[in-house]
Amino acid sequence: MRPGSIGRRTAGLGVVVLAIAGGLTACGSSGGDDGAPAGAGEGQASGGGTYTIWDPYPQFDKSSDWVRLLDTCGSQAGVTVERAGYDTTDLTNKALLAAQQGNSPDVLIVDNPVVSTLAEAGVLTTTEESKLDVSALSPNLLAAGQAGGKTYGVPIGANTLALYYNKEVLEKAGVDAAGVTDWASLTAALEKVKAAGKKGITFSAIGTEEGSFQFLPWFWGSGANLMKLDSAEGVSAVALWADWLKKGLAPNSVINNTQTTSWQEFATGDFAFAENGTWQLANAKKTGFDYGIIPIPGKGGGTAPAPTGGEFVSIPVQQDVARYAVAQQLVSCLTSTDNSLTTTTTLSYIAPTEEVQVKQVEQNAELKVWVEAVKAAKGRTSDNLGTKYPKISEPMWKAVQAALSGSQSPQEAMTAAQSAAASATR
Amino acid sequence: MSAGRATRTPVRPARASVPTRGRELRAARIRSGQWAAWAFLAPVMVYLLAFYVYPLYRNVDLSLRDYTVRSFVRGDAPFTGPANYGKVFADATFGPALWHTVVFTVVSLVFQFTIGLALAVFFSRNFRLSATLRALFLVPWLLPLIVSSSTWSWMLNSESGVVNAVLTAVGIGPVNWLTSPDWSLWSVTIANIWIGIPFNLVVLYSGLQAIPSHVHEAAELDGASGWQRFRLVTFPLLRPVSGITLLLGLVYTLKVFDIIWIMTRGGPSDASTTLATWSYRLGFGNLLPSFGPGAAVGNLLIVIALVFGLVYIRAQRRLGAA
Repeated sequence: MRPGSIGRRTAGLGVVVLAIAGGLTACGSSGGDDGAPAGAGEGQASGGGTYTIWDPYPQFDKSSDWVRLLDTCGSQAGVTVERAGYDTTDLTNKALLAAQQGNSPDVLIVDNPVVSTLAEAGVLTTTEESKLDVSALSPNLLAAGQAGGKTYGVPIGANTLALYYNKEVLEKAGVDAAGVTDWASLTAALEKVKAAGKKGITFSAIGTEEGSFQFLPWFWGSGANLMKLDSAEGVSAVALWADWLKKGLAPNSVINNTQTTSWQEFATGDFAFAENGTWQLANAKKTGFDYGIIPIPGKGGGTAPAPTGGEFVSIPVQQDVARYAVAQQLVSCLTSTDNSLTTTTTLSYIAPTEEVQVKQVEQNAELKVWVEAVKAAKGRTSDNLGTKYPKISEPMWKAVQAALSGSQSPQEAMTAAQSAAASATR
Repeated sequence: MSAGRATRTPVRPARASVPTRGRELRAARIRSGQWAAWAFLAPVMVYLLAFYVYPLYRNVDLSLRDYTVRSFVRGDAPFTGPANYGKVFADATFGPALWHTVVFTVVSLVFQFTIGLALAVFFSRNFRLSATLRALFLVPWLLPLIVSSSTWSWMLNSESGVVNAVLTAVGIGPVNWLTSPDWSLWSVTIANIWIGIPFNLVVLYSGLQAIPSHVHEAAELDGASGWQRFRLVTFPLLRPVSGITLLLGLVYTLKVFDIIWIMTRGGPSDASTTLATWSYRLGFGNLLPSFGPGAAVGNLLIVIALVFGLVYIRAQRRLGAA
C-alpha cells in the first residue's frame, strides 16, 4: 500500500511541478508583450555573431544562388547568417508580430508597398539611422520606400507590368504590334483579332490587391490620380476595361483571374495580348509560340506608368543598436553593384540602379523593354500616399469588379469608390 | 473511507485515543490526495486556459481596442469600447455580408441535410456494392478543401469550364458562375453543399442503424406505407441525431472560408462575401491590416454560433423532459 501511495504522490507532485514550470516559461516568453522588447536582442548578440535575414522567397532552398549569396555576404561581414523564407502575404504579419515580441530579424526583405506600413508601425530604421547609401538608386523606385521625407530601405530589384503578345495571332489578324501606341490603337487591334476568330486580351481583375496592381497602369495611363478615383480620367480607365468585356475583347473570366490564371489563359495560345509581369519571362519561353513584349500604352500615347513590384531590403529596429553596423554591411553587400547583377538575375528583377540595368541589357537584350517599363514605373505608395494607399486600393478594386461584372456603370462604381476611399483616409 | 469520515467528525475529544502521529499521517495523506487531484486536473486546466480562454480573451480584447499597425507593435492600443463594433455595423459591407452568411448557411444546411438523409435512407437497406458506393460518397470529405475548391473553380470558369461547355452543348448558354454578382454566391453554396453531404450522410446513416428494426416491422404490420414509416417512425426517432448534425453543420458552415476565398475571393465586389471572409479580409487580406474590426466580425460569428448552441441545448433539454 505504502509504496503505491508514495508513487502516486510523487507522480502528482511531478505533474504540478511540470505545470508550474510550463506556466513560468510561458510568462517568460511573453515578456515582450508589454512593448518592452527584452531578451531577444541581447540573446542574439551573445550567440556570437548570428544574424537573421527574413525574405519572401520560400522557393529558394539552401543550394540556390540566392541563399549562397546570403551566406557569402555573411562571411564577408564575419558573421553567420540565419535565413528564413516566408510566403510574401505571411511576411507582413510575421514582421509585425516579431516587432511586437521584440525579436525582429536583423535584415528584412519585404514587398515594397508594405514598407510604408511597417515604417508607420515603427518597425524599420531609416537609411539615415542605418547609414545605408541610397544615392545611386533610381528615385522612382526608391519612392515606394519613402514616407514623410525619410527612406526606409533599399529596393533589391524591381519588376513591373507590360503587354506580352502572341506574334502568330497578331500576324493572322493583320496587326502590327509596333502600331499599338495608345488605347485607341490597342482597342482597334483587339477588334481585328476578334474578327479573325481569336481572343483579344487577358488580365487579372480579381478582388484583391493583385487586381489593383493590374488596373493601375490603365488608371495612371489615363492621367488619373489616386486621390481622386472618380475623375473623368479615372472613369475612362474603368470604362476601357468594361467596354472590352462588353464587346468580348477580353474574357469574362478576368474578373476572377489572378495573374497566374490570366497567364494560363495566354499560354493556351488563343489570346493576342496578356498584361503580365517580368516574372513570367521564363514561362513565356515554355509556351511554344513566338511572343513579344510592348509597354502598356497610355491613353493618348507614350508608356503608361505601371506599378513597381519587387522587394525592399530593410533593417528593422533593434534594442541593441550595435547590430546595425553588421546589418548595414549585409544590406550593402546584397545590393552592391557587383552582387546586384547576380541578385536581380536570380530573382528575375530589373536592377534598381542605372549602372546595373545597362549590364543587364548587355547580357539579355530581351530585358530592354522591361528596363524602359521600370523607368516609367511608379510605386503604389508613392506620391506621399504611404499607408493611405491600401485604403484607396480596396475601394478601387471593388469598383473595377462592379463595373466589369455590370452591376454598376463605370461612373457609378468610381463615384462610390471615391466616397469610400475618402472616408477611409480621412 | 472510514478514516475520511472520522476526520470530518467535529467531536474531537472522542478521538483522543488515536495516536497523534497516526492522525497527522492520515490528514497528510488526505491533503496530498487533494493535491494529486488538482495535479491531475492541472494539465487540462492549463491546456484550456492557454489554448481556449486566452485566445478568446485576446480576440475580445483586440475587438475593443483601436489597433493600428503602430499600436499593434507597441502594444499600447487605446481602449475604445464598442467603437469597432459600431464601425463594423455601419460599414456598407456589413448588411450584404450578414445576408450572404444567412443565405449561404441556410441553403447549405437544407440541401446538405435533405440530400444526406435521402442517401442515408437509401444506403440503410443493404444491397450489393452499397458499402463501396457509400465509400465513394465520402470522397468530397477526404479531399483537402483547397483541392476541391480549386476544382470547382475550374469547372465553373466562364470561358473554359466544363459546366459551361455542357450548358452550351445543350443550348442553355454559358453562365458567369464566378464572375457575375447574381451567381457567385450560388456557386460557392453549391460547392459547399457538395462538400457537406458526406458528413450528413455518415452521421445520419449511423443514426438510422441505431433505430431498432422491430419498430419498423411493427409499423409495417400495422399497415404503414413507406412514406408513413419514414415520416412517423424514422424521422422522429432520428431527431436527436438530426439535431446534432444540423448544429455541427451550422457551426461548420458559418466559418466556411477557404471555399469562398479560393473560388471568388468574396467577389465580384463583395457579391459572395460572408462574415467569415470579411473578417479575414479585414485582418489579413489587405496591405494595411485592421485587426480591431476584423476581430469584431470574428466575435460576431462566435456569438451567432453560441446562440444556436444554446438553442440546441434548450431544445435537447425539453426533449429530455418530454
